[in-house]
This record gives sequence, C-alpha cells and structure tokens, in this order.
Amino acid sequence: MTSETTLKQTEDPVTLQPGWRGFASDWSADRRAFRTASWGKAMMWIFLLSDTFIFSCFLIAYMTVRSSTTDPWPNTSEVFSLQIGGVSVPLLLIAIMTFVLISSSGTMAMAVNFGYRRDRVKSATLMLVTAAFGATFVSMQAFEWTKLIREGVRPWHNPWGAPQFGSSFFMITGFHGTHVTIGVIFLIIMARKVLRGDFDVERPGFFTSRKGRYEIVEIMGLYWHFVDLVWVFIFALFYLW
Amino acid sequence: METLNPSTATSFEHQQEHSIKLYLLVWFWLFVLSTCSYLVDYFDLHGYTRWSLILLFMIVKAGLIVGVFMHLAWERLALIYAILAPPIAVLVFVGVMSFESYYTFTDRLLYFGAR
Repeated sequence: MTSETTLKQTEDPVTLQPGWRGFASDWSADRRAFRTASWGKAMMWIFLLSDTFIFSCFLIAYMTVRSSTTDPWPNTSEVFSLQIGGVSVPLLLIAIMTFVLISSSGTMAMAVNFGYRRDRVKSATLMLVTAAFGATFVSMQAFEWTKLIREGVRPWHNPWGAPQFGSSFFMITGFHGTHVTIGVIFLIIMARKVLRGDFDVERPGFFTSRKGRYEIVEIMGLYWHFVDLVWVFIFALFYLW
Repeated sequence: METLNPSTATSFEHQQEHSIKLYLLVWFWLFVLSTCSYLVDYFDLHGYTRWSLILLFMIVKAGLIVGVFMHLAWERLALIYAILAPPIAVLVFVGVMSFESYYTFTDRLLYFGAR
C-alpha cells in the first residue's frame, strides 16, 4: 500500500458516488478533485489538454489559410502519391505511416497491460517495439519531407498552387514529428527502467526523486496514444480533406 | 456505490484489469476504420460524401483511442469532464475563424483583384 501524502492518513475513508452526483461531490469536496487519479496521471492529462489546444491552433490556422486563399490548394492525393512499378498510388506513404502509428498504439496498450501484471520483460519488450514503430514513422516522415523539398516545396512557395500549403505542411507535420521523437526517447528510457526492475523496488526517479511505480508506464502510454490521436486528426484534415 | 480508502486512492490500485482481447478488438477496428478513410481517397469520393465520411471515421477513431486505449471511459466523471469540456472552446474558435476566412476570401476577390 503506497501512501502519496501524509494528509491521507488523517482522512476517513470516502465514499465515491457514481454519476453526476459524484461529479458534483468530487469537485466540491474542497480536497483533490480527481479522487481515483494520481497526481502524475492528472498532470499528464492536463498537459495533453494544453497540447490539444496547441495542435488545434495549428489546424485552425491551416483551415483559415486554406479557405481564405484565392489560389487553388494543391491536390494532396497527387502530391503525396508514390510510384510503384510505374503506377501512381495516391497517399500510399501516408497510409503506411498511419498503420505504423496505429500498430504502435496497440503495442503500447499491451505494454501498459503487462506493466500492471508486473511482467517486466514483456512490458519492456513491447515498449521497445512501440519505440521502433515510432522511429519508423519518423524516418518515413523524414523521407516525405526530403521528397517534397526536392520537388520545390518551401514554407513560402510550392509548384502546385497556394503558397500556404508549404507552411501548413511543415508546421503541422513537423510539430507532430517532434512529439513522436520525444515519445521514442522517453519510451527507451522507460523501457530500460522497467527492464531493470526500478518499479518493483520503487527506485526514485533521477529528476523527481519520487518512488518509481508501474503507473509511470500507463502515463507514458497516455502521451503515446495522444500522439496517435493527433495523427488521426492530421490524417483526416490535412491529407484527406 | 464504491468505497475508497484514501490511502489507496492511486490509480494503480484503482486500475481495472482489462483483457488483452479488448485491446485487440479496438486495434482491429482502428485498422478497419483507417482503411475505410484511406479508401475514401482511393475511390476519389468528393463533396459532402467525402467530408462527412472523413469526419465520421476520424471521430470514431478518436473516440476509441481516448476511451479505451487512454482508459478515459473508466475514469471518474470529474476527470472526464475536466478533459472533454475545454475542447468545446476549440469548436467555437473553429466557427469564428471560419467566418473570418470567408470574409478575407471575399475581400480578396472584391478589392485585391484576385480571380
């Protein structure tokens, strides 16, 4: 039994009420509002909420420039097509990237599950597989950027129409790719911790000095699924629209 | 009604064991839905059919990821609403900028000689 704060020891057991009544009592309790979520998990959710606003601003900016420009918008279906044996397949690379990221979300969900079962090897392996999928995704994105830059796409110009296409593309996919890259780095760090058994012996983190818990795998998972979630929106609104 | 001892109120103890089967099912559906949205482009659908299908697949996928993979469906309503209510402001922003961009567009047509 891990106690997070000394305050709790003086509290009586609380009754958690279901539904709207529970919502009202949680928020008006004059204590922590998120009764069943630890501080780490609540803070990750709040961080992800702020990140949602950042990506929303990018996508709204993209919507604004796209619907206010009088130049034709480049046809993404053709711009992102690949030549396979002389046949042009629309959006092929983007479709593969989508499947890679979804697969990584699946392996991450499994890693969290095995983490809670305290299966160190399976959990760490699945996290490394997730990181490998993430790295594959970033590599394909680097390939895509290279291809487009060679074809003359710049943030201020492109050969097919509205110049705003380039700035939207580099800004949105670049910021998302950065998120994936950061996720891959943290996945590798966390996989090492899991494998070493840090969370079994509650070894304190090097930065926070808090006791390590398997919940950290779940919090890592929240971040990773969020990156996948953002891609769902980018795929639909930028590539397919 | 569920009783909770505050000293065990970390989500580790609160964590329900979900079966691997549920994850595999959601995973499968994410693949299917992604394929569907790709096929919208492949079959070159246009206009409202295209837009409504894209949005539909997008929202269902987002719901599956947030609800099951991120476990939000099993959290308390206090957390669910704290996370899901603020993005409504984003939708308002979308509405505002949509009006704004059409205004810019017509200005460009009327006063800046754009064709």
